[in-house]
Amino acid sequence: MKIVVAIKQVPDRDAPVRIEANAKWIEERELQWAMNEPDAYALEEALQLKEKHGGEVIVLSAGPERVGSTIREALAKGADRAIHILSDDLGARDALGVARLLAAAIKPENPDLVLTGLQSEDLGLGQTGVILAELLGLPHATLILHVEKTEAGLKVKRELEEGWYQFIEMPLPAVLTMQSGGNKLRYATLMGIKRAKTKELRAVNAAELGAEAAPTVTLQQISAPKKQKSTQILGGSAKEAAAVLVEKLKTEARVL
Amino acid sequence: MSGVLVVEEARRDGSARIFQETLAAGCKLASLTGLGLEAAAIGEPNKNIFLQISGPPPRAGHAIRHPLLETYTADGYVLAFEQLIRKLQPQYILFPHSYQVRDFVPRLAAKFGQVLVGDVTAIAEGPLFERQLFQGRVNATVRHEGEGPCFVSIQNGAFRADAASGGVMNIEEFNPEIAPEQIRTKPGEPFRESAQTVDLGSAQRIVGVGRGIKGAENLPLMEALAGALGAEMAASRPICDNGWMPMERQVGSSGQTVAPKLYLAVGISGAIQHLVGMKGSQCIVAINKDPDAPIFEVADYGIVGDLFEVVPALTEAVKAAKG
Repeated sequence: MKIVVAIKQVPDRDAPVRIEANAKWIEERELQWAMNEPDAYALEEALQLKEKHGGEVIVLSAGPERVGSTIREALAKGADRAIHILSDDLGARDALGVARLLAAAIKPENPDLVLTGLQSEDLGLGQTGVILAELLGLPHATLILHVEKTEAGLKVKRELEEGWYQFIEMPLPAVLTMQSGGNKLRYATLMGIKRAKTKELRAVNAAELGAEAAPTVTLQQISAPKKQKSTQILGGSAKEAAAVLVEKLKTEARVL
Repeated sequence: MSGVLVVEEARRDGSARIFQETLAAGCKLASLTGLGLEAAAIGEPNKNIFLQISGPPPRAGHAIRHPLLETYTADGYVLAFEQLIRKLQPQYILFPHSYQVRDFVPRLAAKFGQVLVGDVTAIAEGPLFERQLFQGRVNATVRHEGEGPCFVSIQNGAFRADAASGGVMNIEEFNPEIAPEQIRTKPGEPFRESAQTVDLGSAQRIVGVGRGIKGAENLPLMEALAGALGAEMAASRPICDNGWMPMERQVGSSGQTVAPKLYLAVGISGAIQHLVGMKGSQCIVAINKDPDAPIFEVADYGIVGDLFEVVPALTEAVKAAKG
């Protein structure tokens, strides 16, 4: 099976989020970057499918120079080669604009399967994979935990709300967006990291993949979230804070 | 281009709540823009859902009927709604932000050269739509540009379902054209993994743990606190993904929704997917090392600090208080 995995580099979960003075975006200079976690699960599923059925895993990512480190990580984990869509102003595109870039890079590869995470941890749009399916003219399924290859195509396990699941059968080629938790994520081995350096990493400029359309949704400004409750922050040492909390839970909130 | 079209989604439990919340958002948008309000649902014209509409009544309801829509498929729903939208030409189409909507609406919107304004928490003059970024750590205000239809999904619980006043409206049947071969996926019956043995919904006190606990080896520390409080243990999704706790103890959009008297969130940052499952709790306590963690936005009491110091101290304090 030839599988393309679309991955995104996002700010590390523990990195502090600071809003720029003009309230247009967050300060990116001191951020640490990491692979979007649901995309890591998509990569894991792709690697396992390849181990079972043979074929090739190609990672695809769009963004500036720094995205290269996340692509190298995917290669070190076992992907065979990579395509990096170089773009310094990805934020100026909406999800459709980004999906158009990815689709233009995927089309000439003619993959059997396209995998990506169900959503990104930064923008949380959860749309790129589904739009990709539309642009590629392929069937899709979202929130997938397991993928099984069958005679006719695929049988996938989809998560529904509130602890329910369903199986879906579908033909190939197809696009799936992966939910986290279906597999255990692997670490890159030392050998893997060494090998990654020799693997093909092809860079394409975004401009070569087609003209940019005006976004239909634009970000006006960002702000710190408004408090929904007035929180009493209890200070002091751990012991002092704990004692005050128990007292307040007993006499103020009356929940003990 | 005419009005605001609000789309209902059939829920497994038959609840109309998220439809009514989406309608409330639709009413707000209609009054801000001076547009009329209409509703659409898959099903029969005498479908109960149209009779449950409350608040200012929409002027028309559209019952979308086709044998191939009896079971949800993304292909079937995209075809049906694409045809309805081309016929009605609404300016705004509102959906609840459910798993099903996330599955088909981005594809539907792309047919119109549009993207979904997803998971909206508020609507203001403009209209401007508010949604969250960075797992709830930042609020963003976005605007729809251009002339095309604007697709919006409304976050669960963000708008209040209006008090019922009932609305009489004109319900029309809409029969889309769908051929069997256009539906490429074959969905199976929904199922549960195992009989749910833990009903967190009835727990009075819950200790919820998140990534901050660092590893399964630290669970006994949390269980000691739960034991002292007489609380059930629960977790955010990553804890269950890692296999540290069973999936059935997960609280949030993919797990259970709880509303205990006391919810003590330990090492949980407070991503929206978790908050929707517990923000209805009577009293929320958050223990987290990050003072900017979004969990503090919904907490009544907070302790900013190292949970490995705070939790044992709290266990002792609870034991002492109980004598």
